[in-house]
Amino acid sequence: MKGDYVRKLILSDVRTDGRTLGDFREITVEKGVIKTAEGSAVVTIGKTEVVAGIKMDAATPYPDTPNEGNLVVDAEFVPFANPDFEPGPPTDVSVELARVVDRAIRECHAIDTEKLVIVPKELVWAVHIDIHTINDDGNLQDAASLAAIAALQDCKIPKYDAEKKQIVKELTAVVSSGKSLPLQDTPVEVTVHKIGAKLFLDPTVEEEEASDAHVTIASTEDGSLCAMQKGGKGSFTTEELMRAAEMSIEKGKGLRGALG
Amino acid sequence: MKAGAPEALIVKGKRLDGRGLEEFRPMEAEVGVIPQSQGSARFSFGETKALVGVQGPRPMHPKGLQEPTRTILRCYYFMAPFATSERGRPGRSRRSTEISKVIGEALSNVIFLEDYPKTALDVFMEIMQANASTRCAALTAASMALADAGIPMRDLISSISVGKADGKIIVDVAGAEDNFGDVDMAVATVGGGDAFVLLQMDGVITLDEFRTMLELARNGCATVYGRQKEALMKRYSIEEVSEL
Repeated sequence: MKGDYVRKLILSDVRTDGRTLGDFREITVEKGVIKTAEGSAVVTIGKTEVVAGIKMDAATPYPDTPNEGNLVVDAEFVPFANPDFEPGPPTDVSVELARVVDRAIRECHAIDTEKLVIVPKELVWAVHIDIHTINDDGNLQDAASLAAIAALQDCKIPKYDAEKKQIVKELTAVVSSGKSLPLQDTPVEVTVHKIGAKLFLDPTVEEEEASDAHVTIASTEDGSLCAMQKGGKGSFTTEELMRAAEMSIEKGKGLRGALG
Repeated sequence: MKAGAPEALIVKGKRLDGRGLEEFRPMEAEVGVIPQSQGSARFSFGETKALVGVQGPRPMHPKGLQEPTRTILRCYYFMAPFATSERGRPGRSRRSTEISKVIGEALSNVIFLEDYPKTALDVFMEIMQANASTRCAALTAASMALADAGIPMRDLISSISVGKADGKIIVDVAGAEDNFGDVDMAVATVGGGDAFVLLQMDGVITLDEFRTMLELARNGCATVYGRQKEALMKRYSIEEVSEL
């Protein structure tokens, strides 16, 4: 079985592609790839590729946050990305991925949502981040999180016509106000996987399948933790979780560097 | 700032409901509460009440979805529409989908799934009344209900929330602490020990705070574990042997 082979390698600190346990594959980030979106980015980690696109609209604020803009994150596991993905409504896996991306951005207030008010208590900007998988060779979570942040950095707020109460649009795209989103942090997610007692980063699809458990940890620019989600059937000890948190913070700096 | 926030969540070392920082709400635990399910349990942290029933293992339909070597564990966490001050929409939500997934992964850690090939094992969790930490109550009750159903397991799973409010680390997050606190972290461990099978954290903390929270959570789970065992012993211990 391929899974057993991958396991054995990890247990002896080796990986199928020659990386060490703490290595990421090559990361690329390209912003502004979708002309019709207010913000966009494509991120590759090795052969894994995801696109994040942002659309903004003027919306009613949520009752508990009347003077803040809204953030909505969705993920579409496009079936061409992996033979195991099927068309249809969101699955528990895609819902979780989107919610964990959302959590990191929301919890550290990466977007200053109080600056996204158009008419207090009535109209605010809603920021919709949609993540599409293009190719899944493992570690979609970290790629999706990085793509979402890159797209936020690329995002320009549309021009709003207060008299007509609508966004100014042209034939194929909205007219930009030229203003960037008010960003105040750069959260980055790093998922730490576990096989036996070994912790490793950035799994390929085969390594993901062999993995016992994983924990996604988001860190902020100042090295704080802002979101976590454990997954998989295995378990972590306290010391393993502490080590995972340290690995995430450290590797997070590298990922942040890739944002340019 | 969210609307309706209280001025302070902790006053003179006491929380708004009068508890100390590391004090639990009263817990209630009972098994065998739903006769028509294979196993059942209720568990509550104060006003947060979870009711869980297990059906199965039973034949998996459609057959194409059967696994030849193990049972398929299906977990369904739902919040009753009447469980919150504002009526909730019945049925699945993105939130309940995510919680069901992580609870299923946690339970998979202890259940001997290979004992029942080609079957499905369904765990239905209903939050009847919610005041924060609902996933913790649901998972705690679910592992008791599985034990009540006689499903072979390595051990019970116990869950608790820890958090941070007004800069202080707290145990068993409730009420305004959930809405207006800084951090909420749900945790579950196996058999009161040092194996974390569930971990979800929202909010900003330092590494040092994370360590403190993990240690408090581990101790908290051990306390919950004691209550779970008590409830199972109460149901299954033989109090007197009747004369023939």
